[in-house]
Amino acid sequence: MSQVTVLKQKDVPLDRTHQEEYNFYKALFEKEIDLPPTKIETLQINITKLCNQTCLHCHVDASPKRKEQMDLESVNRCLEILEANSEIKNLDLTGGAPELNPHFNYLVTEARKLQKHVMVRHNLTVTIDGNPVTGESKKYLPEFYAENQVEVISSLPYYQEYFTDKQRGKGVFEKSIDSILLLNQQGFGKEGTGLELNFVYNPVGAFLPASQQSLEADFKRELHKKYEIEFNNLFVITNMPINRFKQQLKRLGAYDEYMTKLVNAFNPSAAEGVMCRSLISVSHDGRIYDCDFNQMLEMDIITDHEPMTIFNFDYGKLVNRKIMFGSHCYGCTAGSGSSCGGITA
Amino acid sequence: MEYYDSKDLKRFNEVGTFSKDLMKKFFDYYNAAVGEDGALSKREKALIALAVSHVKQCPYCIDSYTTQCLESGADPEQMTEAIHVAASLEAGITLIHGIQMHNSLERNGAL
Repeated sequence: MSQVTVLKQKDVPLDRTHQEEYNFYKALFEKEIDLPPTKIETLQINITKLCNQTCLHCHVDASPKRKEQMDLESVNRCLEILEANSEIKNLDLTGGAPELNPHFNYLVTEARKLQKHVMVRHNLTVTIDGNPVTGESKKYLPEFYAENQVEVISSLPYYQEYFTDKQRGKGVFEKSIDSILLLNQQGFGKEGTGLELNFVYNPVGAFLPASQQSLEADFKRELHKKYEIEFNNLFVITNMPINRFKQQLKRLGAYDEYMTKLVNAFNPSAAEGVMCRSLISVSHDGRIYDCDFNQMLEMDIITDHEPMTIFNFDYGKLVNRKIMFGSHCYGCTAGSGSSCGGITA
Repeated sequence: MEYYDSKDLKRFNEVGTFSKDLMKKFFDYYNAAVGEDGALSKREKALIALAVSHVKQCPYCIDSYTTQCLESGADPEQMTEAIHVAASLEAGITLIHGIQMHNSLERNGAL
């Protein structure tokens, strides 16, 4: 019998985000679901909070004003972990705009030498805008990604300007299209090249996403018709009710309505596939979390009375840990589910 | 007392208080007709429902189907076109009654 099913109702753990009315453990208890880690096959690193954009929904609160950067010592330690743990097949780089970390190119090329699959959460516009602090050009990125066979995963909230600019800032759609065309020129998103270009859709406001399949078909048809753009997959994700998006919901007076919608849409099949079961998330300062959202909420993994970091990394302890859940986890389990790779059910 | 409190939509079930069977039949029919993909997609159905909501001027339905349209992947441009279809139909329906007026004018010997 699973760990959760033997619990009595009174023993349901307290919500880690201190919102008992949306206690995620209650949903797990009621549906008799246990969600232990299965393995760690992806090391996701948030290497900087610096970004050339300031998006409305950003759970990282990234912007051109942020200064947090992973240093070279930590980057090297992550590479050591990748080398020493063959179970970890994927390196997933995120931010901020990960390309704005000074050690980004080094980390990518070294990880590729270790035969790891490298994914970059690339916001597209950084290629056009460059570094917002130093002014350094980033025009080399499409070629760099092709040379290193990086999987490019890019946010594109919609195939039209209106929703995209509303969420990501004025002018973002046009720059994104220019940047995608540069990636297509390198072969990204084109059949037979092996160069993957995937887009991420998330709703522009306080509503749940439409079906991944239907949106992907719309994106492919419209982007090809208007711009002759090609790409591989569309990942549909749900907006997480934390940080900047939570503030937006509160401003709209829609927070409780949104949370109720997520709770009512709880899907046990989607829960089984949550990404925290096979991924760990590392912050710029080397701390390890269950996912990027827990990282932003500073829900540290505690082992031996201290936070787990890349410097006391222990695969065995991590794979046997208890994942920490909070009210935001309903965002990953609503409807068809949500993860960095799209739906989970 | 206020008419059309948005919170009342959540109380829709209460309409079945004195006739549970009929209300259940209505919801089964409603959900099958509107809430599932069929020969029409859920998005197309949501856009039709949004247009009808405007014609019938139901604030509950406008709120509900604005969200439904967004959650089925429609965008504000498509939603606006849908209500223009409704508005143009309403205009056309008003104007076609002008023939009735002409018929009446004829009967009155005025045309």
